[in-house]
Parts: sequence; C-alpha cells; structure tokens
Amino acid sequence: MTKQCKVSLDPAVCEMVEKARSAKVETVWDRYQAMLPQCGFGETGLCCRHCLQGPCRIDPFGGEPKLGICGATADVIVARGLDRAIAAGAASHSGHARHLAHTLKLAAKGKARDYTIKDKAKLRSVAARLGIPTEGRNIAEIALDVAEAALADFHEKDTPVMWAATTVTKKRARLFEEKGLLPKGIDYEVSDIMHRTHYGVDADPVNLLLGGLRCGVADLAGCYMGTDMADILFGTPQPVVTEANMGVLKADAVNVAVHGHNPVLSEVIVAVAKEMEAEAKAAGASGINVVGICCTGNEVLMRHGIPACTHSVSQEMALVTGALDAMVVDYQCIMPSLATVAECMGTKLITTMEIAKIPGAIHIEFSEEKAGEKAREILRLAIETFTRRRGKPVDIPPYKTKVVAGFSVEAIVKALSKLNAEDPLKPLIDQIAAGNIRGVCLFAGCNNVKVPQDQNFTAIARRLLKENVLVLATGCGAGALMRHGFMDPANVGELCGEGLKAVLTAIGEANGLGGPLPPVLHVGSCVDTSRAVALAVAVADRLGVDTDQLPVVASAAEAVAEKAVSIGTYAVALGLPTHVGVMLPVLGGPLVTKVLTDKVKELTGGYFIVDLDPESAAEKLLAAIDERRAALGLSVPGGGRR
Amino acid sequence: MIRREIFVRYDRCVGCHSCELACAISHTAARDLFGAILGGEKAQKLLWVDQVGPVKAPAVCRHCEDAPCVAVCPTGAMHRREDGLNLVNLPQCIGCWMCALACPFGAVSRGDGKAIKCDRECLDEEGVPACVRACPTGALVFKTVEEFEADRRREGVTSLK
Repeated sequence: MTKQCKVSLDPAVCEMVEKARSAKVETVWDRYQAMLPQCGFGETGLCCRHCLQGPCRIDPFGGEPKLGICGATADVIVARGLDRAIAAGAASHSGHARHLAHTLKLAAKGKARDYTIKDKAKLRSVAARLGIPTEGRNIAEIALDVAEAALADFHEKDTPVMWAATTVTKKRARLFEEKGLLPKGIDYEVSDIMHRTHYGVDADPVNLLLGGLRCGVADLAGCYMGTDMADILFGTPQPVVTEANMGVLKADAVNVAVHGHNPVLSEVIVAVAKEMEAEAKAAGASGINVVGICCTGNEVLMRHGIPACTHSVSQEMALVTGALDAMVVDYQCIMPSLATVAECMGTKLITTMEIAKIPGAIHIEFSEEKAGEKAREILRLAIETFTRRRGKPVDIPPYKTKVVAGFSVEAIVKALSKLNAEDPLKPLIDQIAAGNIRGVCLFAGCNNVKVPQDQNFTAIARRLLKENVLVLATGCGAGALMRHGFMDPANVGELCGEGLKAVLTAIGEANGLGGPLPPVLHVGSCVDTSRAVALAVAVADRLGVDTDQLPVVASAAEAVAEKAVSIGTYAVALGLPTHVGVMLPVLGGPLVTKVLTDKVKELTGGYFIVDLDPESAAEKLLAAIDERRAALGLSVPGGGRR
Repeated sequence: MIRREIFVRYDRCVGCHSCELACAISHTAARDLFGAILGGEKAQKLLWVDQVGPVKAPAVCRHCEDAPCVAVCPTGAMHRREDGLNLVNLPQCIGCWMCALACPFGAVSRGDGKAIKCDRECLDEEGVPACVRACPTGALVFKTVEEFEADRRREGVTSLK
C-alpha cells in the first residue's frame, strides 16, 4: 500500500520519515515541532532588530507598546523587514547570475576551458536585446560584451538596469521609469534597501514599500540574467523525458546528488560523470547515477534530463535512503542539518562554494578555471564512498514518476510554430481568446514545513487544470508537481479540463509526440521564473497590451525563501495577482497589509493574495483570471463576474 | 482534587513577551493570532512581563488559597470558585480597585472599567494554560506544588555534588 503521513503527500518522503524516526535521525519536521509555538511578534513582522537599542516589539493588537524605541510605527517596522527580505532575495538571485556572468567572461577570454558558448543563437538574441552589435563579430567578442554588460548592470551607470528595462513591455518600462521603479543597478538597489532600512532613515511605510518594489524589479533582472547566462553557456532547454522521485536512485550505482542552484558546477559534473563511467565500473558499480535536488537539479534536468531525486523540505530524506554516495552542494536552500544526516547515513556531503561552507562537510572549493579537475576530484570521492557502501542494504522508496520537461520559451515557441510558423504565438492567443485556455498560472517557490509537503501546489493545480488554466511551474513548485505526475502527458486526460486537453493534444500532435504535452509545463529553476515573464511579455507585446491586462496569475503556494518574497514582489510589479500560501510576516502592519493586497493595484495592476487554504486560493486565482478576461472583452465561464 | 499551578523559573525568563501574546490571543474570539488581527479584535493580556535591572519576570495571578483580593472585595464580585480559581463576576464588580490594592503580585487589570484577571479560560486540549505553552525557555511551568517542589529538592541536591 502507498505510504501516507501527515508531513508530506509524497509516499517516498513518508517512507523515509518513518525510517528516520526509527533510526532516531532528526529531521526538519522534528525541529519544527520543537520550535512550536513560534513567536507571534516575528510572525506578524513586529520585531525589529535594526539597531542596538532594540530589540523592539510592537503589540499586534494596537496596545502598548505602539512604537519602537526610535518611534518607528508598526507599519514602518513591518515594511523595513519586508524590504530586507526582498533585498536578500535579490542579492541571492543576482549573486547566482553574476557568478555565471563571470564564467561567461572567462569562457569568452578562453580562460575556462571547461566552458564554451553552447547556444550562439541565444547569445546573439540577448546581445541584440541589449543593443550590442553582432554583425561581423566573432562569438567570443559578443560574449565578452554581453558578460561585461551583465556585470555593469550591478552598479549605477548612465543607463538603468538593462536586464529590467529591456525585458518587460515598453509600456511597463515606461511605467517603471515614471513611478521611480526602474532600478539603477542591481547591487545599488540591494544596498539602497540596506541604507533606507537603517536606523533613522526611511520612516514612511509607503515609501519603504516603493523601495522594496524597485528592488523586486532588480530581482527580476537578476533572475532574467541568470537564465540568459546559463542558456548561453549550457544551452537553452528543449523538451526532455526523465523521471522524478527517490525511486531514481540505484542501489548498484554510484549515486551523486547535485543540490543547490547554480549549474556552473553541476553542468561539469554531469559531463565528467560520463567520462568516469569506466572508473565507477572498475569499482564494482553499474555506473554513475547523477540525480538532482532543488534548483541545481532543475537546471540539469531541463538541459540533460538528469532525474530529480526530491525537492526543498525533503532534501534530508534523499540522504536517509542510505543510497547516496555524495551530495554535492553549491548555494541557497541547503539545510545545514544535511551534515548530521549525511554523517549518520555514510554519505559524503561536499560543499563547493567559498560563501557556503558547512561544518561536518568536506569542502572542495570550485573554480571555473579548474572546473573539470574539481568535478573529477568530487566524483572520485563518491566512487570511493561507493566501494565502502557496496553490498550494504539501502532503502530506496519504489516511487518515481515520468517527467516531460524542458519548456524554455524558445521550446514553447518552437512547438507552437508547428501550428503557425509565421506567427507562433497566435495559436496560444487564439485559444485564450476562445476560452479553451481560460488563463495562465505560474507556480513557483518552495515547500514549507508548515504545509504538508506538496498539498497546496497539487490542490490548486488540480483545480486550475480542470478549469482549463494553462499551468507553468518553476523551482520546487515544479518539483512538487512533477513528483505527483503533473508532468506526465499520460495524466492529461485525468487532470485537465476539455479545452486545455484539446490544446495540449493539438500542440503535442503537431510536434509528432503522438499525444499531448504534459499537463504542467516545467519552465525551469527558480531563476527561470524569468522564462514565464518572457512568455507573458511576448504575449502582451503580440497583443499590444501590458502584462497587467493578461489573464495571468502566479502562486508561491508553499513559499519559504526570501527569494520567493522577491519573486512575488516582481510578479506584483509586473501587474500579476500573486498568491502566497503561507503567512508573510506583514500582518502586524495594517497599512502595509492594505497596500500589498490592494492599494499597490493602483500603481502596478498587481497585488498579493495571501490565503493559506488551497481551495479558496484557487477560487481567488480563477476570479482574478476572469476579471482580466472580462476587462479584455473575452468570454468568462458562467457569463460574467462572479 | 490535584491542582496544577503556574510556577515561574525566574532564571529562565528572557523577556520575550511570548506568554503575554499567547494569553491575549487565547482570550480572543478567533483564538488565533492571524484570525484575531484580521477580525479586528482587541486583545487583552492577563499576565505581564516586567524587567527591573537585569531581572526579567512574568507576573501572573497566583490564585491564592487565602486570597486578599477575594477578602477585600466589597460586593462579592471577586470570589473563589469551587475548583479553587479566584475569578471576577463582572456584573457585580463596581470598579473600586480594592482587589488591585490588595493583590501582592499586581495581577489585577482594568478592562472596561471593571477588574479583570487571569481566568484560566485559555487551556489547551491537555489542560495547559496558553502562557505556559508559549514559553520558549521553560520559564513558566504548570505543575502541582508537590511536583515543583520535588524538582526544587532535586536541584538542591544536585548542587551539593
């Protein structure tokens, strides 16, 4: 019988949770229980630690104390805290992008022989978008200019952040400029948040939120740049078939999980693993089985069909199988607890980045110049660990799902061009207009320990698909949906409404797949949320409207990371109704809450929908889609506003 | 009847005010932080964390067996219930604050012109008060006098080693 449990909807996770419990291995769910009840001041955003006179806490019910020691109101404290979360998210996405820009620069100069320009067409199109000449120039010259333009986008210069100004609709770029929302530099905006939230600077909650919104737009730039750089260096994803969940581990193979976010190392590991098959076989293994966790996993899944092991909140469970020989991590969303679990299970946890070390892990510092060498060193360690594990029992939960992924915008446009070569977006627009596609929803973000894993994602997606909403997914939202069969074309019949089913089937058949596209389109890692933006912008441009008019919504149904907060912020800046399925620490600021969920609409057209109940969240997302359809003069199921 | 009391291990209080917040929430209609805020409820806490010098300490009604607040109440509003809890019968309260004057712990508060105080209308499914449940450091404990004193004795013995 399929295993069930309270903490996750994923049976593989449930099996491993039970094993962890009997083996007395502490997990994220144990630590969450030990943390309860959580502090109400923190939950409502009413705790301020920005100066040494604090900490200050404001009464969430309007009693005393009403003001911080400096006189900051509840709204000021909440807005400052939210701004800092947005800045941290923007710093992380753009840190990832900057890293890849450096790699591109090294590759262009021939200083990193393990890297090449894999997608020259993407390089040219990015260059063209930035106004960098391409005619008659060699690839290395163009690549160097693009890399330098990327690095220049981090600081203040004569132009605004190009990865923001050129990636949104012209109308939106103008709106950003008029409203002071166009970022000057990505690092500039992060730094500006740190400045304005310092003791005794910005004490106007609305002005603080505007600063946060601009930093959110800087985060879009970081994400978009990360996607562009990765596509140029490693190739733009095209449809691939693979599998997901812990059943992809193989007892007789050297199992290596790549975990974190940046493909800069994992790409090389995937390549080197193929070269080192013989070495693994000599050690008695059937081969090297590279699997992915979180967004590093999504990156190599999208480009190489590397199977996904697990995601987000269940990362420790991959170790609990006892089948992993090495877990190689780069940065972001890597739980420090992995070191302890790895030690219990005999897995080598290998940190690779200078900014992300974990006591108890082995640190093999990565550098682009020596990427291949470092990847070989890492894989040798994994093979050596395998020789010690060989023959010992492991617990690989027998669950895996089929996944069809790789839906970059380029891949989607290519698939649509089989229906209309001259105007590939027209079939999509026609289907939206006809109502066969009611709207589009992007799922992004993480799994949060406060929600039974995957519950919100699957419940909302199930409802929306039945209502003919085209669903895209990135990051661990994509991970959640793939582990439950939402990326297996065989499930279109069961999951999708009639209109959507017909569209997915028509596109699939025109592309010679002999069946439909999968119910949910995997568009990439969390930085690749930019791909959903690119698609929305392309559709808006084709229609001559702005992104806030499209029947497009977003949902971070089980968000954890500050990066999810910054992505949500740019979704709102672009004009999208954006659902968050866990409580943001803002409820202590009544004005801030009002602005985020309502008033910001007047500025950008977008707004946050905070709803912890997946059923009512799905209703609200559908209502938002219908409101936009009605405004565009399109048919609305049921005949009008509900 | 075996009665558990709210005891304080003063050395453990970090002054986080979590007990106050939990107390206030448990006395709202929503009985939930987000629900109470969204419902626009006014919440009233019935215990207080104070700091004097480096010492931080929660003060909560001791539900005294021979309670001064009950003894001095001129109308009988402040009374001792059968289960041993000292409570205010609000319609009888005239707001004279004799109880506040008499309480050695400062555990009486003013709500709508009448005396209000810890009423233990906050117990969870295990019968534990909200303030005790919320305390992250174990400064507040809910035990019988016998249990608490046994702990005390053991601590004393341990210190002899």
